[in-house]
Amino acid sequence: MSYTVGIDVGSTYTKAVVLSEDRRIVGRAMEPTGFQLGEVAERSQHAAVTEAGLSADDVDYLVATGFGRHQVALSDVHVTDLTAAARGAAFLFPGTRTVLDIGGQTMKASRLDDRARVKSFRLNDKCAAGTGAFIEKTARYMGYGTEEIGPLVATSKESVEISGVCAVFAESEVINHLSQGTAPADIMHGAITSLAGRSVQLMKRVKMEPEFTLVGGILRFEKMIGVVREQLQAEVNVPEGDLAQFTTALGAALLGRRRLENLAEEGGDRALEVARA
Amino acid sequence: MAYAAGVDVGSTQTKAVVINEDREIVARALTDTGANVMRAAESAFEEALRTGNIREEEVEYVVGTGYGRYKVTFGNTQVTEISCHGRGAVHMFPGTRTVVDMGGQDTKAISVSPDGEILDFCMNDKCAAGTGRFLGAASSALDIPLEELGPTALRGERPVKISTTCTVFAESEVLSWLGKGKKIEDILLGVHRSIARRSAGLLRRVGIHDEVTFTGGVARNVAMVDTLNERLGLTVNVSEESHYMGALGAALFGLDHILASRVPAGARQVQP
Repeated sequence: MSYTVGIDVGSTYTKAVVLSEDRRIVGRAMEPTGFQLGEVAERSQHAAVTEAGLSADDVDYLVATGFGRHQVALSDVHVTDLTAAARGAAFLFPGTRTVLDIGGQTMKASRLDDRARVKSFRLNDKCAAGTGAFIEKTARYMGYGTEEIGPLVATSKESVEISGVCAVFAESEVINHLSQGTAPADIMHGAITSLAGRSVQLMKRVKMEPEFTLVGGILRFEKMIGVVREQLQAEVNVPEGDLAQFTTALGAALLGRRRLENLAEEGGDRALEVARA
Repeated sequence: MAYAAGVDVGSTQTKAVVINEDREIVARALTDTGANVMRAAESAFEEALRTGNIREEEVEYVVGTGYGRYKVTFGNTQVTEISCHGRGAVHMFPGTRTVVDMGGQDTKAISVSPDGEILDFCMNDKCAAGTGRFLGAASSALDIPLEELGPTALRGERPVKISTTCTVFAESEVLSWLGKGKKIEDILLGVHRSIARRSAGLLRRVGIHDEVTFTGGVARNVAMVDTLNERLGLTVNVSEESHYMGALGAALFGLDHILASRVPAGARQVQP
């Protein structure tokens, strides 16, 4: 059996996925990215391979993606996170034509063709207001940690208006709302609504088409799914559980698998040996 | 002797200034704005009266300014902080043609005529990049008190290049430079340069005409003054009272009102 690994070094978390020849996920690992990108990539890879009950020698191809992909010393090839996310999303939901990927410090929208190739994309990595950091900051102003956001916002009955123009200026808005007695859950709901509004704007700019697939760490807050669906007035695909966070790493591992298959077709085992070397 | 007062309710701090008829500052006070804006305005004003040993009845006219100016409930009128900073800067430095005001949440570039009239202004109203908040983010990321940021940055020799625009992301960039083993003073010098670069961009939009006067709380930061001078290629005016400039301008408008109301009916009003 041969295996491929995808490592997604994201702005906030690093994810690794081990994929078997028959395209099943047999191991995965995730940890906060921090500042030593090379080290964190190596640790996540090791953890995922160990979880699969394998050793590094069993891995035939390693594809790195994410903003820190260039720091992954052991990779055979790098691909952009847009390409990898497209591949992962289309694998899970073959009808996917538009992917929305919101992470800790980025928001990306891309439109795909019927072979999961990216035809158009827009991204925001300049302004925290359009990323997961906006939600985290809003929570922090009220004294809540990231893990508490999901359960908190689940209790909200209605959302209040949060302008969402700047994650820093949001602090005064949050304080104003709190001093007027607004429930923190409703403020959080407002922040998520505002982020969803921004993401729909981004999707419009790539001329979105159904089916829509949402991926990325933001889906840890389930409310986000409902709010995006409401604003799009359309159904959205969401990978099950924490697979949403691993979609890009999965896409990278899938690209690795396809690369191996192409190499085998082209030149048989010799090409494979060269690729490994 | 009559007094006029200006109360400048800023996003971070509230300042009060009392002046006499000779336009001299006779009392001043500063307090954190906090959540209760109305209370902050009152307490800054009361504190100024106390330190100047002035009774409230002696203050004939109070002008509120700053983003919370409508919360100065005891004020006689309100004037925008743009007008007040322009007025205060020209009063302190009569050669002023351009004002850069850096506060806790915003940076403003103001172009003024020789007699202190506002010709043009622009500000960052949508984004906290390049404002005092950027320094606040660096201060909390590096765990260094705000007032030590400037002196520390001045020791920097090989400044890092801060590439992020957003204040929120800058905080992680600062930490990543620290993770890469850069010296704190070099990181901080880079942070100051990045703010100076953005402020210079804002200033260019209104036109940079010498003399440039630097006002607002951030003007007390020595490295900010240095990096701004370097970026603009000139020497900005900085007063000891830089953070009271808006309140001073407000008080001057108040004094105008007092003096104008004394002009006998029918006489032509002359701007002093």
